[in-house]
Formats: sequence, structure tokens, C-alpha cells
Amino acid sequence: MEIVLPILTGFLYAVGFYFLLHRSFIKLIIGIIIFAHASNLFVFVAGGIMRGGSPFISEEAQVVSSQTADPLPQAMILTAIVIGLGIQAFAIVLLKRVYYVVQSSDLEKLNETDQPAHE
Amino acid sequence: MSDYIIVLPLLLPLVAAMVGLFFWKRLRVQWVVYLLGTLLSLSAAVWLLVLVKEQGIVTMRVGAFDAPFAITLVCDLLSALMLVVTNILAVFMAFYSLHDHSMQREHLKYGFFVFLLFLIFGINGGLLTGDIFNLYVWFEVMLLSSFALITLGGRREQLEGATKYVTINFVASALLLAAIGVTYGFTGSTNMAELSQMLKTGNASPLVEIAGIFFLVSLGIKSAIFPLFFWLPASYHTPSISVTSIIAGLLTKVGVYALIRVYVLVIPFEGEFLQNLLLVIAGFTMLTGVLGAVAQYEMRKLLSFHIISQIGYMIMGLAINTPLAIGGAIFFIIHNIIVKSNLFFVSGVLYRQDHTTRLKKLGGYYQNAPWLSVIFFISAFSLAGVPPLSGFWGKYYLALSGMQASFFVVIGISLFTGLLTLFSMTKIWRFVFLREKPEEEDTDRSGTVVKKPHPYGMYFSMGALCLLILWLSFFPDTVISLCQQAAEQLYERDVYINAVLKNSPYAEVD
Repeated sequence: MEIVLPILTGFLYAVGFYFLLHRSFIKLIIGIIIFAHASNLFVFVAGGIMRGGSPFISEEAQVVSSQTADPLPQAMILTAIVIGLGIQAFAIVLLKRVYYVVQSSDLEKLNETDQPAHE
Repeated sequence: MSDYIIVLPLLLPLVAAMVGLFFWKRLRVQWVVYLLGTLLSLSAAVWLLVLVKEQGIVTMRVGAFDAPFAITLVCDLLSALMLVVTNILAVFMAFYSLHDHSMQREHLKYGFFVFLLFLIFGINGGLLTGDIFNLYVWFEVMLLSSFALITLGGRREQLEGATKYVTINFVASALLLAAIGVTYGFTGSTNMAELSQMLKTGNASPLVEIAGIFFLVSLGIKSAIFPLFFWLPASYHTPSISVTSIIAGLLTKVGVYALIRVYVLVIPFEGEFLQNLLLVIAGFTMLTGVLGAVAQYEMRKLLSFHIISQIGYMIMGLAINTPLAIGGAIFFIIHNIIVKSNLFFVSGVLYRQDHTTRLKKLGGYYQNAPWLSVIFFISAFSLAGVPPLSGFWGKYYLALSGMQASFFVVIGISLFTGLLTLFSMTKIWRFVFLREKPEEEDTDRSGTVVKKPHPYGMYFSMGALCLLILWLSFFPDTVISLCQQAAEQLYERDVYINAVLKNSPYAEVD
């Protein structure tokens, strides 16, 4: 597991980035979603993973006796997932509006705001 | 008990925003709620500033857990200063935006003030938090409300700009999360004070530098530094002018604030590599920003490019990395928030009069609107750093600190950038104010010129900000000494660590 997860994270980053570089709206959304997953998984792996060892302390003990998993990265990922969900929902609605207005799903068509105004 | 004041700048905008949601589509009520919320939040911020000045750093542990585990709210002088400026701008927004004709009345009704309150809430939170993961969360609060504000209105260019803005900022947030992941991975903490204590010894692992680079890239995208700024000129000129002036004034500066916080307090950078990198970035950010501005003939685009070049000055202060330089950078941030927003405010009046901000279609304002000319003149020349206006003091301290550390190249670039800034400001001055209006003026049937009334609400906001600029220019002692104290406080890491971790059974404070 220790070796699989980092590779998977890197793979997800690569796939997410690859999709972000595409011109289609749908691929942009897919890219955003996969990129978010990659980051979440990254925090999970970087926070240190271990099998078993749930972080409960028995009532008598003051400190944890055995080695336990760290719950904080998971709590952080939960927060990040929720935030990511919000932004992804916003992005999907936004791109739908863009599609209705521009009548195209090609990102190359969205270059009007980049033209310098000489007139 | 007095520590609980620190929650007020968060609580007041949040409560006001929620009250505003109950009065959906009732503009008057929302406006009053907004004004009350921001005024109260401003007074809380001023109170905090006085308190921090007298007693030192104010902290509060949310939920009263012990220190490194609870999310800590920390207010030092830097946070307090930024809070005050943010909320001043928020208050004057109330008077300005009602008369902004680049935004239709319906859109004003559909939650403009509510989103603005959420934005202020996010910014205040980002300034007050003492926890890097919490900082990420506040950034997201800010971003989501700014997404809503930028798309409010739904015109084509707004949607185009928003697409770029949303995508790049999402990637930046994901990278910020990764930065926090790395930091947590090798320290096991997200509390800034505890991190600072762990990392101040200097013999930390090479992972520290990796985390530093992650922070630089993610916060760099948010604050629009050199290779990462292309989203800004593509999106900032598209929304209504009220929205542009508040996000242009505040959002990128919060990014710079976070960079200062991370690089001075949490991961103090030693060694040539990062310093040289930051210096190069600062130079290029200044130059490319101002060169982009010189090429533009649309006032809002021109000002958007100037945001980038001004960010370069702040990064220069960070790169020089002495208390004097950071103090100069803080003063520069404060000056820039006010000046930049005021310049966008001026472009809003132009839009109201002529329904365009293209320089070649405007003209004759020196004759028709002398007070507007005065306001623009003061703001523009302050931005360019002409002595004795406020921009000069910021640049003076930055250059002085650069001299002391003998970074002559970057000082040269900064002075050259100042010249080019002056050039592009005189371009606006010449086109919009000095020359005659290129087209015939609007006339009614009898042939007399129709003069549109100048909106007093807009002038009130601009005049007040202008007075503030003049105060910063001619009586800069108070603010400069506050900025220097703030910078020195940043470098006294032990004071910060002590303030946060005192009485904590889980942390050892030396």
C-alpha cells in the first residue's frame, strides 16, 4: 500500500493536468475533479498512513498506549472534499452558462477578454 | 474577556450576510444591513488595532481546546492593520456601489451586498487565522464569494473571465492543500506558532524547501506573481466596476499577506536559492506588469496590469527579507489597497458618464469634472510614487532596505517601473482629462449640452479615500511606525509563539 498510493497520486495528478490542458469544457470539468482527488489523496499519503490502529483511547488511560492512525489528515481531507464539491458544482453551472452564451464548448473561443483594446 | 473581540470581525459580517439573505431582493434593507455590518466590523478592527498596540498579540483558541490542537485566531499588528484597511474599503463600497451603472439594478438586488459581506468575512478570517489549514479554508470562502461576484450579471465577457479565474484558482487551491499536506507530513502540525517553533532551528529536512515552493506556487497564483499572473488581466476587467475595485484592492493583497506570513513566520527562508528566486520573480513581476499596462488603451485593463506590477514591489520587500523591507512592503500593501480601489472608482464614474472605459472614446473631464480630475490626479500620481504622495514612502523604504542589503539590480528595476507607471498614468491623464472629447456631446433638441448629474455617493467614497491617501502622504509617521512595529513583531517569532502556546500543557515554550 505504501508504494501504491504515491504512484496512484502522481498518476491522478498527471491525468488531471492532462485533462485541464484540453480545450473541451467537459474535459475541463473532469480535469478539475481529478485534480482535486489527487490533492486529497496527496494529503492522505503525506500525513502518513497505517493499517488498523483506530485512534481511540480507553476510558482509564490518559494517553494512547499502542500506535494509532492519525485522524487529522482524514479530517482535513473531509473538509477539502466538501469545499471541492462546492467549487466543482459552481464550475459545472458556470460552464453550462458559458455554453449557452457562447454556443460552443471550445475553450479557444473564450479569448475575447484577452484581446488588447486599441480602438 | 477582551480576547473575544477577535471574533467580532468574523462574526459581524457573517451575521449581517445571513440577515441580508432573509431580505432577498429588498435592496434598501440589504444596503442598511451591509452598512451596519461593515461599520461595526470596522470599529471592531480599530478596537483590535488599539488593543494589539497596547497589549501585544491577542489570541483566542476556538472551542477552548489547548493550544496546538485548537484552531487559534491570532491578531498581531500586521493582521490588525490589514483588517482596518479592508474594512475601511468595505464601508466605502456601500456608498459607491449603489450608483454604479456598470451593474444593473436587478443584479444589485440579487445578493450583491450579501456576497460582498461573505467576501469580507472570508478576508477577515484569512487575516486572523493562526492555522495553515484554516487559512486554506478561508481562502476558499473568499474565492467562492468572489466567483459569485464576478459572474453576477452573466454577460459574455464576465463568463469568459470567470471561467479562467475559477479554473486557475481551483488549481492554486489544490496546490495549497498539497503544500499543507507536505508540511503536516513532516511536522505533524498545522498550527503556525508550533510550526514556527519546530522550523526555526534551521536544520530542518529538505522537505521544508519543497513545502516552501508549494506555498510559493499556490499563493503566487493567488497573488498574481510573474509567471502565474495571466488569469488576472483576463478576468479582472470583466465584472462590474464595484466588484472589480474591491477584488482588485483586496484579494491579491491577501495572497501577498499569506506569503509574508508563511515566509517570515512559518518557514523562514535561509539560503541564497529562495531569496534569489524571489528577487527574480519580483523584478519580472514589476516589469511585465507595467509593460502590459503601457500597451493597453482600456482603463480597467490598464489598471489590472498595474495590480501585477505593484505586487512585484511587495514581493521585492519579501525577498529582501529584513524588518525594514517587510515594514515597507506592509506600508505599500496598505497604500496600494486604497489607491488602486480609488482608481477603479474613478473609472466607474467615467463609465457612468460615457458608458465606456476605452481611453480613446473619453475626454474633456478636466473641464467638466474638476474634482474628479483632482481625485484621479492624486491617486494616479500616488500610485506612480511621485513624492510626497504615499506611494513614494512605500517605495522609499523598499529601496532603502534594498540598498542596505545591496540588491541594486532589483532597486533599479523598481525605479524604472515607477517611471513606466508614471508614463501610463499620464496616458490616462492626457486622453481622459486634458484633451477635448472626441465625439459630439449629448445634446437635447434645443442644442444645449445635457449634463448628467455627478453622483454624490460615488464622490463621497472617492473623496474620503482621497483624503486618506493625502493623510498617508503628508502625515505618514503614524502608519509607517505601525508598519515597522508590525514587521519587527513578525521577526520576533518567540513572542508570537509564546502568545499562542502559553499555558498549553502540550507544548514547551522556551
